[in-house]
Amino acid sequence: MARLKEVELQGWGRTARAVVSLARPERRKALEALLSDSPAPAIGQLRSYGDAALNDGGSAVDTSRLDRMLGLDEENGLLRVEGGARLGEINGHLAPSGWLVPVLPGTGFATIGGAIAMDVHGKNHHGAGSFGQHVEEMTILTPRGIEVTSPSASGDLFAATVGGLGQSGVIAEATIRLTRAKGDVMMVTERRVADWDEHIALLDGSEATYTVGWIDATASGASLGRGILEEAETGSGLVPPAKRGKRVPIDAPAFALSPSFVRTFNAAYWRKVPVRGRTVVKPIEDFFFPLDKLHDWNRLYGKSGFYQFQCVVPLEAVGELRNILEAVAKSSMASPLAVLKRMGPGAAGMMSFPMEGYTLAVDLHAAHRPAPLIERLEAMARDAGGRIYLAKDSLASSATVKAMYPAWREWSDVVAKHDPDQTMLTDLVRRLQLRETT
Amino acid sequence: MSGKQENWFILGGSSAMARALARKTAEQGANVFTAGRDRCDLEAIAADCKLRGAPVAEVLEFDARDSAGYPAIFNRLNKTTGLLNIAVFVGSMPPQDAIDSNPDLISGVVADSFTGPATILSQLAPLVEERGGTVVGVGSVAGDRGRIGNYVYGAAKAGFHTYMSGLRNRLTRSGAHAVTVKPGFVDTAMTWGLPGMFLVAPPEKVADDILRAVKRKKDVIYTPFFWRYIMLIIRSIPERIFKKLSV
Repeated sequence: MARLKEVELQGWGRTARAVVSLARPERRKALEALLSDSPAPAIGQLRSYGDAALNDGGSAVDTSRLDRMLGLDEENGLLRVEGGARLGEINGHLAPSGWLVPVLPGTGFATIGGAIAMDVHGKNHHGAGSFGQHVEEMTILTPRGIEVTSPSASGDLFAATVGGLGQSGVIAEATIRLTRAKGDVMMVTERRVADWDEHIALLDGSEATYTVGWIDATASGASLGRGILEEAETGSGLVPPAKRGKRVPIDAPAFALSPSFVRTFNAAYWRKVPVRGRTVVKPIEDFFFPLDKLHDWNRLYGKSGFYQFQCVVPLEAVGELRNILEAVAKSSMASPLAVLKRMGPGAAGMMSFPMEGYTLAVDLHAAHRPAPLIERLEAMARDAGGRIYLAKDSLASSATVKAMYPAWREWSDVVAKHDPDQTMLTDLVRRLQLRETT
Repeated sequence: MSGKQENWFILGGSSAMARALARKTAEQGANVFTAGRDRCDLEAIAADCKLRGAPVAEVLEFDARDSAGYPAIFNRLNKTTGLLNIAVFVGSMPPQDAIDSNPDLISGVVADSFTGPATILSQLAPLVEERGGTVVGVGSVAGDRGRIGNYVYGAAKAGFHTYMSGLRNRLTRSGAHAVTVKPGFVDTAMTWGLPGMFLVAPPEKVADDILRAVKRKKDVIYTPFFWRYIMLIIRSIPERIFKKLSV
């Protein structure tokens, strides 16, 4: 019987909390024994913002010690790796030899298991699709036994596990198809964008492999959508090695993210990029994980934490997305960080977030009590035919999410076959009642 | 890493501290030989080390309670070239009450924590003397003083500490070296969820301390360092008082 440790955990936004009895196996055999004795959902690095990884009052399996790279087929770029491995760590070791994790989310601390369970996307989604589309095979420890599955396997286990919120079992290992990189630096072109229409036009016209728009969500009126467009390619060259990360030692005082401070900071940041734009060379991790260097940056929001609202809407609903941004800007719940991106159609699972269209992500300080605003934004996204990203969510209602993810019922049926006793439930799945089919 | 190729032979390779050390040495370009009983787990560690930069990463079978396999280990390591470093992480700690009700367990604890590692180290010592390198023996603060909670494990580790001291005395003559490492509470499967744990160190920190001690030719280190002072206090309590305590 594995020893459990009672710990208090929180989502990355620090608004969702839970007390969990946590097991932390160090060997594959111990993990397998645990799953057959007392199945429980997996916890990776807790980078989901809300309650997706939490299981208040229940138990969970910490996969952080099962994080080994198990083999690389150099000819085909196939990496076999354990579910607890962190994407940034893998990238750091393989990029110098010309391989890149094909899809990288905004934090390198995300694990393989988490990246699959959320079917994460990156700055190359318009071309490369979602993370799950690069998974060749995975081993899932379901409550009913060990399953090896692939996109071509019969049955729906693969599609129910990718983007499946960990509900089919613990992802013990996966084989990922890596991408070729020219080298381990990024050539990044940054340009100022004056407003929303220009932002959308530039995103639509971008032919770069990696494209993302940073929006100053405090700018409103004529400068709504003002920001910086980043386009990047991998390259070879020499840049100074990335500096070691710094920690945020304490919760920041309230003024650090006060509206006026944020407005000033954002305006200054925008002006840092010259009028004519510029191309800079960055270490790979600085481009993909700009915030990771500041460990625990979530503490900048102080004790009360923050919410991130992220939605995607179809291409034709671009006007509705503008309204969503406008609602954020008008609320003056100044959000220092907002990201706009054009997504391609790529998605690999029944419950995957991505759809062809535009995605917008904004941070909202919990101290401003933004829940009513977020509820309004969710309704706008739903009415526009879009959906919210469950990796970021901790507030949505069951009805809203079910309307956004019409495949939920079918998904729930597949998951029930592998976890009939509902041992993999998390706080998010319980809140959204995603496995209650009656 | 300058000059000679380094080789690390790591006993008890599945332990979290051993894994952290294996990764760090692999990243520095050393050959890694990881040894223990759980081959499946050790294969994963070796594969990982290889992708982190180890030119050679292999699994060797090692059972502290069965010396029949030791000649094969000797032969494999004898085929490598360059510096030969050895790190010993093996040991076992059944609960003291299990031992109290079944004292036959004692011989196993002593084999795992002392006589097994001492036997293989004595067999490999000539190789280290000839090639140069460092032997890292991981003991425990539990070996510094016998206490009610784990004195059989502590006694075995104390024996191992004394063995390491003698081995250091021997290796010094050929220019090789031996470091005794005494970890305090480390965040591993052994301590996970145990009540009364405090100031628990991550295994990566222990691995860093070990590599620094090897580089600086330290003789005995505590890791994290403050355990030296905690143990100084514990050792200085007079026995007539200590016998009544339950620390």
